[in-house]
Amino acid sequence: MSRIIKYICVDILRTRFIILYTCLLFISTFALFQVDSDSSKVVMSLLNIVLIVIPLTSIVFTTIHFYNSYEFIELMLAQPVNRNVIFFGEYLAVVSSLSGAFLAGCGIPVLIHEPSTTAVTLLFCGTTLTLVFVSLAFLASVLTRDKAKAIGIALLFWFYFSLIYDGFLLWFVYAFNDYPLEKITITLIAFNPVDLARVIMLLQLDIAALMGYTGAFYNNFFGSNMGIVFSTAVLFLWIVIPFLIALRIFSKKDL
Amino acid sequence: MLSVQAINKDFGKLKVLNQVSLELKPGKSYALVGPNGSGKTTLIKCILGMVIPTSGDIQVDNVSILNNWQYREKIGYMPQIGRYPENMTIGQVIDMMRNIRKNVTTFDEQLIEEFKLFRLYDKRMHTLSGGTRQKVSAALAFLFNPPVLILDEPTAGLDPVSVELLKAKIQTERRNGKLIIISSHILSDLDELTSQLIYLFEGQVHFNNSIASLKEETQEQKLNKAIATMIGQKELVDSINP
Repeated sequence: MSRIIKYICVDILRTRFIILYTCLLFISTFALFQVDSDSSKVVMSLLNIVLIVIPLTSIVFTTIHFYNSYEFIELMLAQPVNRNVIFFGEYLAVVSSLSGAFLAGCGIPVLIHEPSTTAVTLLFCGTTLTLVFVSLAFLASVLTRDKAKAIGIALLFWFYFSLIYDGFLLWFVYAFNDYPLEKITITLIAFNPVDLARVIMLLQLDIAALMGYTGAFYNNFFGSNMGIVFSTAVLFLWIVIPFLIALRIFSKKDL
Repeated sequence: MLSVQAINKDFGKLKVLNQVSLELKPGKSYALVGPNGSGKTTLIKCILGMVIPTSGDIQVDNVSILNNWQYREKIGYMPQIGRYPENMTIGQVIDMMRNIRKNVTTFDEQLIEEFKLFRLYDKRMHTLSGGTRQKVSAALAFLFNPPVLILDEPTAGLDPVSVELLKAKIQTERRNGKLIIISSHILSDLDELTSQLIYLFEGQVHFNNSIASLKEETQEQKLNKAIATMIGQKELVDSINP
């Protein structure tokens, strides 16, 4: 298995995308710290990068990578190698290179300028979101044989979780504001990994009240620590469940 | 050795394999023949576990291959269209294959030498012509000395000299008592290389016996004529009782 991961990693590095991605994150993080002297504000700006850019890059890169390594997968399948090992190897290789790029690009400047728990939480959220969206991208890739369709599905996931879901939630809360919605809203937040990451960050910053009613309730309901633990647990489900579904489909797929 | 037991494969509504049962024995060489789209490659991919049959079972040495992968150590496969990671060089691909089959210690590098592939070791796969890719595929299929060889259109796209080298290699391995399955449309090659004929038509096995007996039945000397006569007879029978 480690051999397979090694070959995939070498292949990923050869496309140079990961290096570019690392540099881009590094430069933008560094620039943000140069522009603003209040480093806690910078962390908030970085949160937006983490919540928007990281999921988008992860999901698109992974889907394209999966289709580009179809030849490799086909070649491996005629050899005495377990199918699940191939899939797991692909996953680990992509996850380690993407989260490595994020931790190097974003992590190094952040820890130099602001070595606090908030910064660590930010890095944790970014890494977890990378894992979640890589899982979703693998799911999108095994659902169809067509590369363009798979990228379409992957982008749809991103649009859905980054934009559409929030709109829906807002509409929902607005339309039913005559009813007690606290518990339902918390449940609904659990269905969006991006929201969960945001909640973890806000609870950590202890400014959950800024998130309005739900945030205040969330804080009240769980208390900061319990809320972080709960959100993290649900985020891990977001990593594992799409991956397992994808693995199940892949193990029965005709190639 | 290799037994295919009543497998069916559907792609949506299309029935690609219909109750295919075969019993393949070591030391024999089989020609897998049939018109385009008759299910030859699907059958091969089923044996390799790349396509999962809808129903039925395939056994290698009396062990089912479904949910199993170790059995592929015994198989050398040369695909119809060799697809390789485009960024890797020939040398890297061959090294990678060796690393994966670590328990094999003696390599059969005859084809690598005869095709002079070592001269091209640092060429990337995407720069190779179709014929050179075929040579790489052939070299990899024979490299680990597997007891079963599955060759899907092995001579398509190769130059005449390489075709002869490959054919000679297949003959040697045949004499070494390996189980060889060749799918091809070039019947004159199959006439030289194989002793058994499996004729697939629309996903069903229409003929599975020795080539000698087919020639006797049809009173023909050459395999292509014999098959043509067999198909003609079948069509005649089918037109009488539809």
